[in-house]
Amino acid sequence: MTTEHMTVLTGTVLDEDTCCTLAEVCRMCGVPADFILEMIDEGMLCPGGTSPREWRFSALEIKRIQTTVRLQRDLRVNLPGCALVLELLEELDELRRLYRMR
Amino acid sequence: MEYRDYYEILGVDRDATQDAIKQAYRRLARKYHPDVSKEPEAEKKFKDLGEAYEVLKDPEKRAAYDKFGSNWQNGQDFEPPPNWDAGFEFRGAGYTGGTDEDYSDFFESLFGRSGYRTSSSRRGPLRMKGEDQHAKIVISLADAFHGAKKNITLTRAEVDDQGRVVTRPHNLQVTIPKGVIEGQRIRLEGQGMPGIGGGPDGDLYLEIAFADDPIFHAEKRDIHMELPITPWEAALGATITVPTLGGKVQLKVPPGSQGGRKLRLKGRGLSTAKKQGDQIVTLRIVVPEAKTDEQKQLYRKMAEIMPINPRAHLG
Repeated sequence: MTTEHMTVLTGTVLDEDTCCTLAEVCRMCGVPADFILEMIDEGMLCPGGTSPREWRFSALEIKRIQTTVRLQRDLRVNLPGCALVLELLEELDELRRLYRMR
Repeated sequence: MEYRDYYEILGVDRDATQDAIKQAYRRLARKYHPDVSKEPEAEKKFKDLGEAYEVLKDPEKRAAYDKFGSNWQNGQDFEPPPNWDAGFEFRGAGYTGGTDEDYSDFFESLFGRSGYRTSSSRRGPLRMKGEDQHAKIVISLADAFHGAKKNITLTRAEVDDQGRVVTRPHNLQVTIPKGVIEGQRIRLEGQGMPGIGGGPDGDLYLEIAFADDPIFHAEKRDIHMELPITPWEAALGATITVPTLGGKVQLKVPPGSQGGRKLRLKGRGLSTAKKQGDQIVTLRIVVPEAKTDEQKQLYRKMAEIMPINPRAHLG
């Protein structure tokens, strides 16, 4: 598929205001709802709300889901392993940011 | 077409055992995985590794590849001899892993491509959404402050009229909304890889990164800068013209300011309709050098008239 040359595309910014429903994140990340449930059980996502209907996922959580999908597919990391990798990656990003600001 | 030395890519000898190949692949895959690695070429290296492993992990493909001999160099111009693959049955057998959009011409001419027409067991049903694409886009702080339109070029695989897969540059012009901040992603629905079997196209995610700026740096929504001032401006107070991303403004430095004091210019950071960022100005006092006798005398007089012990708290 070739996009017509120089059509101006406008996307959605995934920012602090992003909040997606369970159905939306499943579609966006190409995963079944069970996958999201397992990640919540593992403490990797905290969508708030009391029932799945009320869950809302943030931009950071969408990124976590997508990274988890890739880590599992490419490196065969299991879910607790992915949780650990994500925590370390987020900490590393923060340290890099602080280091750059010095 | 360039020859690819899969052994060199995996860093193993040509007589390496299958186990050694697997171990080398896993070690390097962890090292160059684009989510984990900060190496500039990580994504390309990761794809190269996947391609090399796809061939060398399969004894049959490896044996066929080995038939070319060991005299070839990575990148050397190469055409496979006719009927080189006689006696092997892997062609069109489909792949078992990896992301198969980005195999090299070398790989595809030797081992074919399952790609879009057939699907391997891993990929499930025929109709499926195309892969999402991820790219980083580096913009200036001014573009983030004002919003901008940016041209970007991505390389992507496409299927041409003859059903062959070719890589083409993919030009896009993308709107960068006002007030984006570093690390945020812009999702462009349907701009990723083409869907398979009539499935929807994947999405494109652009992650925002900022180019270094000589004056400002961003911390989330706030823009920081250091403002050099004179001792008398600090002591007596002053109104100073300060650059912001939105143009120059007047900043009031209160009398009795010390170096390191932070002054906030509200709303002068990376703001959107809903969120406000500020500009934080950190004062740095520049002490004039005493060169002449008269200048030195002035410092001595200051010491006399306004004695101070800045180290009182050190005991």
